[in-house]
Amino acid sequence: MSVQLATKLRKPSSRPVWEEKPTPVGLAIKGFILTAVVLAVLVPLWTVVVTSLSSRQTINEAGGLVMIPKGIDASAYVTIFSGGTVTKALWVSTIVTVVGTAVSLVLTVLAAYGLSRPGTVGHRSLLFYFLLTFLIYPGLVPSYLVVTGLGLKDSLWSLILPTAVSVFNLVVIRAFFQAIPQELLDSARIDGASELRILTRIVLPLSKAVIAVVGLFYAVGYWNTWFNALLYIDDNDKFPIQRILQSIVLQGQSPTFSGLPVGTSMPPTLAVKMAVVVVAVAPIAIVYRSIQRHLVKGATLGATKG
Amino acid sequence: MSTREAPPVAGSGASRTPPPGTTANAAGAAPARRKPSKRHRVPFRARLRRDWPLLLMTLPGAIVLLVFHYLPALGNVVAFQDYNPWAGDTPLQAFLGSEWIGFGNFENLFSSDAFWEAVWNTLSITAFQLVFFFPLPIALAILLNSVLSTKLRSFIQTVVYLPHFFSWVLVVTFFVQMLGGAGLLAQEMREAGLQPWNIMTNPDTFIILVTAESVWKDVGWGTIIFLAALSTIDTELYEQSAVDGASRWRRLWHVTLPGLRPVIVLLLILRLGDALSVGFEQFILQRDAVGRGAAEVLDTFVYYHAIATGDYGFGAAAGLFKAAVGLLLILAANKMAHLLGERGIYSKS
Repeated sequence: MSVQLATKLRKPSSRPVWEEKPTPVGLAIKGFILTAVVLAVLVPLWTVVVTSLSSRQTINEAGGLVMIPKGIDASAYVTIFSGGTVTKALWVSTIVTVVGTAVSLVLTVLAAYGLSRPGTVGHRSLLFYFLLTFLIYPGLVPSYLVVTGLGLKDSLWSLILPTAVSVFNLVVIRAFFQAIPQELLDSARIDGASELRILTRIVLPLSKAVIAVVGLFYAVGYWNTWFNALLYIDDNDKFPIQRILQSIVLQGQSPTFSGLPVGTSMPPTLAVKMAVVVVAVAPIAIVYRSIQRHLVKGATLGATKG
Repeated sequence: MSTREAPPVAGSGASRTPPPGTTANAAGAAPARRKPSKRHRVPFRARLRRDWPLLLMTLPGAIVLLVFHYLPALGNVVAFQDYNPWAGDTPLQAFLGSEWIGFGNFENLFSSDAFWEAVWNTLSITAFQLVFFFPLPIALAILLNSVLSTKLRSFIQTVVYLPHFFSWVLVVTFFVQMLGGAGLLAQEMREAGLQPWNIMTNPDTFIILVTAESVWKDVGWGTIIFLAALSTIDTELYEQSAVDGASRWRRLWHVTLPGLRPVIVLLLILRLGDALSVGFEQFILQRDAVGRGAAEVLDTFVYYHAIATGDYGFGAAAGLFKAAVGLLLILAANKMAHLLGERGIYSKS
């Protein structure tokens, strides 16, 4: 992380002798700004989580969204996981995310490795072919016609294939591959290892960090897919979670729940809405936390190329 | 596009030498362009025999790009057709069966008030965000960089990067829940006996709203590249200027900002080249709430005229216009960067 780089240049948590002491006013302003920035992210998240776990009474008392929790009532979650639109959409999004990320990583890693050695036949033209996508814009209308023309309408592949290869991610992985000492690969080649074997046995084990970051980028992209679903998916049973989130929370449609026994009292609508928001955020937040330490490296690596 | 080993953007002034691992590559490739090196004297067929596994590996990715990127790019020619989706069973047959009408769609487009309104909205939002969004990540990065405690700093970073990974549906949801008519702010204002102002559906303040949403989502993420650049500025420069009596603000002006200049120019070019794209999902999601007058941008214009109403040729014309102008803008912006003595995004190598 850049933080570590910065701290190498400057001893952690100590002020250089030549730097003047900050004024109290300056410190106060700085603290205020940074606190405000952090709260701007945390307060909405906190409010949504607390409201999703609140009982009808707590919500009525607060007059809407709840900021101070009073007891925990998980009935909203029981409801949305009992079957019906939200459960279905979570399955769809999980399948699209898992399959999509796998397909994307395989395609991108193979192409990045194939393009990682200048001097191979056609290297420059191939690289140009990939990089030219940055300048040429496919256009919404022809893209729509191609995807529907391939018969992908109402198929989950329409959410995967059009975004399967991100050249930006390819450039990131390629840069990482090129930083691996070539002598290592050459000696394997002399020993008669095939390129695929070199890739899987030597290159990939050395590239776990960048694969994790690019995997996160792809997975988040697939989990967040909304517009392609608006274009290509008309079948309600195949809506991903973002479409459902939009229809329930932004358009105010009521979700259907199939698995609840007859006569069960429904949890408050607001709590259900907020629970849908939480299940849409939670996977991202969890994966983000686990990969975060590699993140800055991946993000800046990409910025240096392309 | 540059194919040579690019130095890290952050240190483009300081570290022109490629990282150690890549020297073998660079040495192998760079002279090859000027005079054939030993490697390139190998006959083509032998090289093909040697390299075919690598070529095969790029094939699946190349095919995906061909089908879902280049084919639609060529498909932009429907802009010159009176495309009729019912002229055949599949889009391909319909394409072959539709009539070519030359620049007819463009004539309609350029005489359409709604189109110019969309162009105007797009450009105003770009200009507004250039002033009120673009500098914020720079300021936040400088502020973060001055936080001495590493623990505190990485906590703040963890928090502010997170919204970047939220979908636009989520971002708009959060704004509606916080600032909308039934949101937290309105709730608190009513309790305090105030009249809540509705921000989410007011077309007059829409430009501020979308900018605020973009800032909330991406200001933290935007700091990454500037923090990387800040960490490469030589601390001795700060020390020397401090010894020479430069105040905190003078050091910011004379050391920090010049150190960030290459990155700022690079990002400015990318933004200018993308002046006609201001985000897509964000606007479609909110267009119904504030109305077309404020929220129609070029991308939503294409969507509503082509996909939603079925006037494909007309929509494609608008899309092609956007793509052509966008390409010109990025080439021009890059040229300008070269004239200013910066590296730009790509260079002839």
